[in-house]
Amino acid sequence: MSDISERGYANSDVLVTTEWVANNLNNPDVRIIESNEDPLLYPSGHVPGAVEVDWTSDLNDPIVRDYIGKDAFESLASRIGITPDTTVIFYGDKSNWWATYALWVFRLFGHTNAKIMDGGRKKWVDEGRDLNREVPSYEATDYKVPHERDDKTERALREEVLKHVQASGQLVDVRSPAEYTGEKLHMEGYPQEGALRGGHIPGARNIPWSRAANEDGTFKGADELREIYEKEQGLNADNPVITYCRIGERSSHSWFVLSFLLGYDDVRNYDGSWTEWGNSVGVPIEK
Amino acid sequence: MSDIPPKLQESIEDFSFITTRTERQEYLIQLAASFDEVKVPERIATQPYDESHRVPACESDAFVWAEEQEDGTLKYWFDVLNPQGLSAMAMAVILDQSLSGAQLDQITNVQSDIVLDFFGKGISMGKGQGLMGIVNMVVAEAKRRTKA
Repeated sequence: MSDISERGYANSDVLVTTEWVANNLNNPDVRIIESNEDPLLYPSGHVPGAVEVDWTSDLNDPIVRDYIGKDAFESLASRIGITPDTTVIFYGDKSNWWATYALWVFRLFGHTNAKIMDGGRKKWVDEGRDLNREVPSYEATDYKVPHERDDKTERALREEVLKHVQASGQLVDVRSPAEYTGEKLHMEGYPQEGALRGGHIPGARNIPWSRAANEDGTFKGADELREIYEKEQGLNADNPVITYCRIGERSSHSWFVLSFLLGYDDVRNYDGSWTEWGNSVGVPIEK
Repeated sequence: MSDIPPKLQESIEDFSFITTRTERQEYLIQLAASFDEVKVPERIATQPYDESHRVPACESDAFVWAEEQEDGTLKYWFDVLNPQGLSAMAMAVILDQSLSGAQLDQITNVQSDIVLDFFGKGISMGKGQGLMGIVNMVVAEAKRRTKA
């Protein structure tokens, strides 16, 4: 894959290479954060000096289906020893699904000095770079969040999605085609996406998240991405877009692509996603 | 839960003594390390696998096969295509150790929420669904044969 700066991204500085990370492991202004789908990966070995942010135990409220609030985020940020000026570098499994998800949550609290290690954990491992199992400990900080969690700018809630649908706004369903069509699974007893109904939000285009990633987990170049999202699927960069999947993790990957790599101004991630929409009373679906 | 296979009951009891997340993770990582022992042999299946063996909802691309044994029991085989799918690998090893060779009618009593006994109640919804999908598929193989 070509150098990040040569790929034509609108904001190439939101990505760093594995080499850059390897050269900044001891940089006090940088914190490397691993965030995975699989909870066993970090303890099995991680980038030296990296801390773990687990989306379930660290980013989600334990009682309400929602993210942690301002106080809990301040505690988390203080525990991993960062300040608002720290450059946080996220990486993880599944081509950085959870890394982009964690980055998205950090941005809800105003921590915009956040980047992704292109290629994620897989690329780091495939390159034979060091992993260790030592859990680092950093001096705690007293992190202060500049504002309450921002649920408007980059996050969409159900009622806003409904208005968006009624206004024929652009929606991107990043799930697999079988999930999108609501194809009934053929054997009884299998989970149906945790939802009562199969299908998708009316008007949504189906652009699986994985189309934005190369085999090695890196992001495709801007030309390839525009070919998919704009020429093939007809997305208009000038109009608002809402992305969704099952619980908002895969769609954060597409949110990241549209927002930063292609530079769309108004992209929101609907984390309620299909597990909320497919179970909700009074909302339409399409098959 | 009294009618589930005895080996599964023993495994659940073993895990019930685990008190910390770290200890649980270490135990599961050790189990995942022996995944090659339950990986489907070429005499059973080769890639690309028949999609009917794919576990729905599993993000680690897990597959399940059940080989009928002369004594009427099943030997379970697995593959996990995502090399980073350690949890799926650990689940596969647990299921092979506790259900291969067990009485089919006991396997049909196994509930998918045993995943929580092994991985803890804090596991994410998506991850939990994928692992429960593996359990459901294993149980479905036993149910299919007890109905026949």
